[in-house]
Amino acid sequence: LLRQQEPQQHPWEPGKQTPPPTRSHRLSLPASFAKMATEGLHENETLASLKNEAESLKGKLEEETMFLHDVLFHQVAERVEALGQFVMKTRRTLKGHGNKVLCMDWCKDKRRIVSSSQDGKVIVWDSFTTNKEHAVTMPCTWVMACAYAPSGCAIACGGLDNKCSVYPLTFDKNENMAAKKKSVAMHTNYLSACSFTNSDMQILTASGDGTCALWDVESGQLLQSFHGHGADVLCLDLAPSETGNTFVSGGCDKKAMVWDMRSGQCIQSFETHDSDINSVRYYPSGDAFASGSDDATCRLYDLRADREVAIYSKESIIFGASSVDFSLSGRLLFAGYNDYTINVWDVLKGSRVSILFGHENRVSTLRVSPDGTAFCSGSWDHTLRIWA
Amino acid sequence: MERMIVSMQDPDMGIKMRNQRLLITVIPHAMTGNDIVEWLIQKYGISEEESLHLGNLIVKHGYIYPLRDPRSLVLRADESPYRFQTPYFWTSTKWPATELDYAIYLAKKNIRKQGDLIEHEKDNYNLLHKRINHTWDFVVMQAREQLRAAKQRRKGDRIVIDCQEQAYWLVNRPPPGAPNVLEQGPERRNCQTTRVQLTKNMDYYKREIEYCRKAMARTRVKSSICLEGYIKFNEQYVPHDPIMSGCLPSNPWITDDTTYWAMNAPTVPTPTKLRVERWGFSFSELITDPLGRAQLLEFLKKEFSAENLSFWEACEELRYGEQSRIAEIVDSIYQQFLAPGATRWVNIDSKTMERTLEGIKTPHRYVMDDAQMHIYMLMKKDSYPRFLKSELYRNLLAEAVIPPETKKRVFPFMRKQRHSSPSPALLLPAGDTEEKSRGPTASPVPEEES
Repeated sequence: LLRQQEPQQHPWEPGKQTPPPTRSHRLSLPASFAKMATEGLHENETLASLKNEAESLKGKLEEETMFLHDVLFHQVAERVEALGQFVMKTRRTLKGHGNKVLCMDWCKDKRRIVSSSQDGKVIVWDSFTTNKEHAVTMPCTWVMACAYAPSGCAIACGGLDNKCSVYPLTFDKNENMAAKKKSVAMHTNYLSACSFTNSDMQILTASGDGTCALWDVESGQLLQSFHGHGADVLCLDLAPSETGNTFVSGGCDKKAMVWDMRSGQCIQSFETHDSDINSVRYYPSGDAFASGSDDATCRLYDLRADREVAIYSKESIIFGASSVDFSLSGRLLFAGYNDYTINVWDVLKGSRVSILFGHENRVSTLRVSPDGTAFCSGSWDHTLRIWA
Repeated sequence: MERMIVSMQDPDMGIKMRNQRLLITVIPHAMTGNDIVEWLIQKYGISEEESLHLGNLIVKHGYIYPLRDPRSLVLRADESPYRFQTPYFWTSTKWPATELDYAIYLAKKNIRKQGDLIEHEKDNYNLLHKRINHTWDFVVMQAREQLRAAKQRRKGDRIVIDCQEQAYWLVNRPPPGAPNVLEQGPERRNCQTTRVQLTKNMDYYKREIEYCRKAMARTRVKSSICLEGYIKFNEQYVPHDPIMSGCLPSNPWITDDTTYWAMNAPTVPTPTKLRVERWGFSFSELITDPLGRAQLLEFLKKEFSAENLSFWEACEELRYGEQSRIAEIVDSIYQQFLAPGATRWVNIDSKTMERTLEGIKTPHRYVMDDAQMHIYMLMKKDSYPRFLKSELYRNLLAEAVIPPETKKRVFPFMRKQRHSSPSPALLLPAGDTEEKSRGPTASPVPEEES
């Protein structure tokens, strides 16, 4: 580095004149050094200014959202009739899993279900008769995700194998279901959730590697990936909207994020939970979604208002909510908890309608049937129950 | 749980603790099972059943232990004495419950009273004896030392310490078959990106800014309007919600009668009134119900715009179809619906048509999105309102059935036979891969056996 000093033309004498402005050393540097030096300076300035800009925009966004929040849910819901006595009982108990049940999904025929468990077994049941129709043993334990294909002809599942595999369902006794298995999704950590889109040919997955992804079943090709969560993604749900192009995911970063399936961009994000979000489910109209979290609360987020609009919690409920789903009309929210119970919430009034006992260990999964006549809960007590 | 435990021990508002008598020994700072249940009922306004359930969980997690019958971590709603576990042993302190500690504990029990070990403890004792045999002298020495120190305490204190330890080890080394309350499932926060993403570097802020800008550009709706939406939706749909309003003739899960499913199968000659009414709620309801869609097609045929529905269906097939067939499907759509002189030419506005035709040159899954949306909106805003006013729809409503409620069975305890139904997977022979690629159009689900 060469330093060249400008010849001083005005010698400075203390007390006599104002000191001349400090002359910057004009450095004659090799080009690359110059670039690096200025970039470093530039970067610090830009980082700070970016941070300021981001924070100011966030502030403005929050202000605007608050400004539009002109009324509370319970005020509006005052004129809705309160719900009467509520009786739901276990109508079927499905026994057959040798270990914790982790996930389940309904078939569109309103009576068949698929369930997966810690010991790697995936079972398809006609839950009306409680008969088992198919069983597959996965090569891994903790099969945390399973889904029924819209046609009813296949199932998808995955877990600690970091993959999502599709099994066509066959009644041919000579055929081993595992033989026709298709490995579709590949993540770099556990598979936490999976769902078919409107057809048997696409699967959406969520993973402990912090991403969600959309896959073509036939070829296993990755069609779109969704990055943005800061930690494991634990759950997802596809929007019922008529234009069908979004989905919501929840993760260990306490965030629920809404994604555009086509572009891979995050459209909206909500961060009001105090702990991991274990389950997300759209309200039947598609204008909102509910979430269940380890912070022992369930919350309702409105997509048009862009904010949380209700919290479902009670001081006596201190265990995490693992799984949530709405009744057909969206009036009731069923939530399974880690304290072995299922709490039924009045979505509009925010109050708890009923508490259902029966399971002897954590409730890990809960889904309402496609026609809303019942819901199914799966538990670490190895059983599934149908409630109506 | 710990917050709850702390408030239970609050000197003013907590449980009133007293001396409890255990045979001849007096244990201070104890309470009865009943005290616990009552306190929970009062404090949280819950039922006795819920209170007992909650109390039981607290005991199972070792935060409260029984003084009588300490081998069973169960809450009894009676005069049985209980005590709060010392925070030293709380599960959150996450002491690594080492083999050595466990061995010392088991050895103590064994030395103090031969045959005092519970079954599974005996097995564990033997296992440990084998596994850490090299330190067994140390184990026995520690055990004896602790026992000696304990002898110098009052009997009451000794009993308490024993129960505390027993509870701790029941939680940390549960007997086989008992649920392990400490089990959490697969470890979370494995995601490597956590560390990377939390670095608040330039990219992070750039993304935040982008997100905020997009969000600001989006219109947000006032809460009062959004919330009204829920009230309205609720009003419309509650009568259709079987769990809320029941269903006719009856809920199959409750009465074992599957008539409800038979009457609401995807294709039936006469739909139910509720179902036909629902088609009037929104265009989406009409088009997603296979029967509704079929009626819509009939109506559109009368209006000579049936190609709109066919076009929309073809676009759905593209959007949700196999990646390998995209070019083929796009071409088929073009030939049938968009090409000049096509047999089922759809009427799209010129701008959208231009854009679409351009896009077809490099076909992809979403190339028809604009055109599809245009046609969908056309059907929704134009054809649908006319459909609802049409004679076709009015007749459907008039002819729709309201199933009579299933009469209560004379012998309700005799369970009705539960018939199985053919699986959807049976519809196709196993080797038929061609048909297996089920599109998004309504797939037939087998009719119920009557």
